[in-house]
Amino acid sequence: MRRTLFLIRKELIELRRDPRLFGLVIIAPILQLTVLGYAATTDVWNVPVVVADGDRSPASRDLIAQFDGSPYFSVVDVVTSNAEIDPYLESGLGWMALSIPEGYGDEFHSATGATVQVVADGSDASSTTVALSYAASLVAGYAQRLVAARPGGQRVAQALVQPAIRVWFNPQLDSRDFMIPGVLALLLLIITANLTSMAIVREKELGTFEQLSVTPLRRWELVVGKLLPYALIGMVDVLLVVAVAVLWFQVPFRGSLLQLLLLSGVYLLSTLGLGLFVSTVSRTQQQAMMVVVFFFLLPMIFLSGFIFPIENMPQVIQYATYIVPLRYYLVIVRGIFLKGVGLATLWPSALALLAWGLAISTLAVSRSRKRLD
Amino acid sequence: MPAIDVQHLTRRFGKFVAVDDVSFRVGEGEIFGFLGANGAGKSTTIRMLCGLLRPTSGTALVGGVDVSRDAEGVKRRIGYMSQRFSLYESLTVEENIRFFAGLYGLSEERYAERRRFALEMAGLEGRETMITRQLSGGWRQRLALGCAILHEPPILFLDEPTGGVDPISRRQFWRLIDQLAGEGVTILVTTHYLDEAERCGRVAIMHAGRLIGIGTVAEVKQVFADRPIVEVRVDQPVAAMQALDAMPEVEKTSLFGTAVHAVLKTPRAADVPVADRLRAAGLQVQSLVTVPPSLEDVFLDMIEKAGAR
Ligand SMILES: Nc1ncnc2c1ncn2[C@@H]1O[C@H](COP(=O)(O)OP(=O)(O)OP(=O)(O)O)[C@@H](O)[C@H]1O
Ligand SMILES: [Mg+2]
Repeated sequence: MRRTLFLIRKELIELRRDPRLFGLVIIAPILQLTVLGYAATTDVWNVPVVVADGDRSPASRDLIAQFDGSPYFSVVDVVTSNAEIDPYLESGLGWMALSIPEGYGDEFHSATGATVQVVADGSDASSTTVALSYAASLVAGYAQRLVAARPGGQRVAQALVQPAIRVWFNPQLDSRDFMIPGVLALLLLIITANLTSMAIVREKELGTFEQLSVTPLRRWELVVGKLLPYALIGMVDVLLVVAVAVLWFQVPFRGSLLQLLLLSGVYLLSTLGLGLFVSTVSRTQQQAMMVVVFFFLLPMIFLSGFIFPIENMPQVIQYATYIVPLRYYLVIVRGIFLKGVGLATLWPSALALLAWGLAISTLAVSRSRKRLD
Repeated sequence: MPAIDVQHLTRRFGKFVAVDDVSFRVGEGEIFGFLGANGAGKSTTIRMLCGLLRPTSGTALVGGVDVSRDAEGVKRRIGYMSQRFSLYESLTVEENIRFFAGLYGLSEERYAERRRFALEMAGLEGRETMITRQLSGGWRQRLALGCAILHEPPILFLDEPTGGVDPISRRQFWRLIDQLAGEGVTILVTTHYLDEAERCGRVAIMHAGRLIGIGTVAEVKQVFADRPIVEVRVDQPVAAMQALDAMPEVEKTSLFGTAVHAVLKTPRAADVPVADRLRAAGLQVQSLVTVPPSLEDVFLDMIEKAGAR
């Protein structure tokens, strides 16, 4: 135990004296958060919309005006029939088409309600998803305002909201709110897995590992002493990211900070275990970094729901996401940030994460050696 | 009981045999020198003896403990200074000492005493807060030695401890080695400097993984027992070498500075009229003496023979 403390102290001294590492730990999270927070949001603005107005009534013109007035859309042209829409979508002049059928104005006032059709260009799937949900919420909001202005119009309003894609927990459709908690998950993975693997491999490269290996330091002491400093750094980064997210980006934080820290600890078990594992299969720091990025980071980004919603993936791939720890932590982080839920709801994800962490750590520890062969 | 007892020790890396059936013993308090060209297998042997590498076959007892069975037990009994500088360069002198003392589990009182000892030995008193990276070669190596013996191990492995160190620092370093051996510490040291090897009680010469010679310096020099070496100084050394090589009694010649060394096949140098023949060949002989073999002669001779086999 005492030996572990000496190792931790040494690790922290080295960290403090290495400006490169210091930058990685403190500057990188803020930088990445800023870049991702500002640039990598999937918010879309001024989606070009072509309208096929088959009705040409005051009611249809009012609906069109709603789209044109929204910052998310700009109406590029108004045509009279559906057939005229296609060239716009094909050429890319319009990303989305709003089709208002003939008789919309009459139906609008009738008991059955009106239906409008929204057609979108699916080639940029994520932007399209976002644009469609904007359209849905715009129409819904419009309908609600009409209902409010008109007694007994409830059914009409419901019928009007035909392309209903419900948007939960992020009603302003601010994708930044959705992205930034995800960035926390990603950052922790990058920083802790990379740092631990490099901290161990660096000693192998420099030859100090050989010297450590002839001391009476036990294997578990070596492992704990090497991982704990980076767990500490991970926790500092959690606080740092939460602070920047809440104070600067004004992402809502609805849950409990204590639970976030607790569950982040569980997540760190898996990222640190992963780092230790990588150190057992790499000879150089460069290799360690490559292994982390190509074998773990990239697959995890794509398979965790960080960028692409898991529900949109083919079934087989959806099964594959169950082995990705980031997936569970994303659920936890977004849950705590945006939904304000706690362990009572999140325990299945927490349990899965814990299992993953224990598994990778056990594997890594059993592979680590106090030897050179 | 010998401090180190190695029997048929072998280590392969894949198909490559880095250490091939090596056997030797080192007695307590002995300074045992390990010689051999680059890649001969010296470091690999030492790493096996330190419990860092598993032997492919053979046995090695270090301090009576089998390295294959109880590597951790071996580690408690030894000090090791690896070939590469193995202290933490971004730590200060003091922090390095503190760290290794901590790993070796020294008590506070013992730490205070050993810290003073290590600083004094390395000549680093007053420089405790210097960053290790800034130390010069000689200081670094002495500090590394100090850190390797904080726990006062009875057996010490030094892998090229004086590599890249100036002659004065080397001499200082060897004074420390002698001092430790005087206190009863068993030392196995590798070196490329043959003057250092002369200071070892016994030496072993390794070549391509095999042990090709072992004994006291005087003993290994016995390979020249029946082959006297004459040192010739002439005006034209290269022409002299050719003339000597042409003589049937001459086994081989080599250039030593401006002098030529000729190894004779006959036990008595006086039987061969070397000087007369050189003069007859038109060379000006300034001096001609029989010299004792140097360790360098022995080393080169053994490697030549091992390579010829
Ligand atoms: N881990 C390893 N994997 C593969 N080959 C190795 C390994 N370690 C050493 N070798 C090889 O074994 C041979 C002996 O190496 P070793 O380091 O023991 O030589 P050495 O006598 O210490 O040489 P030097 O004087 O250069 O230090 C070399 O050819 C080396 O390339
Ligand atoms: Mg070596």
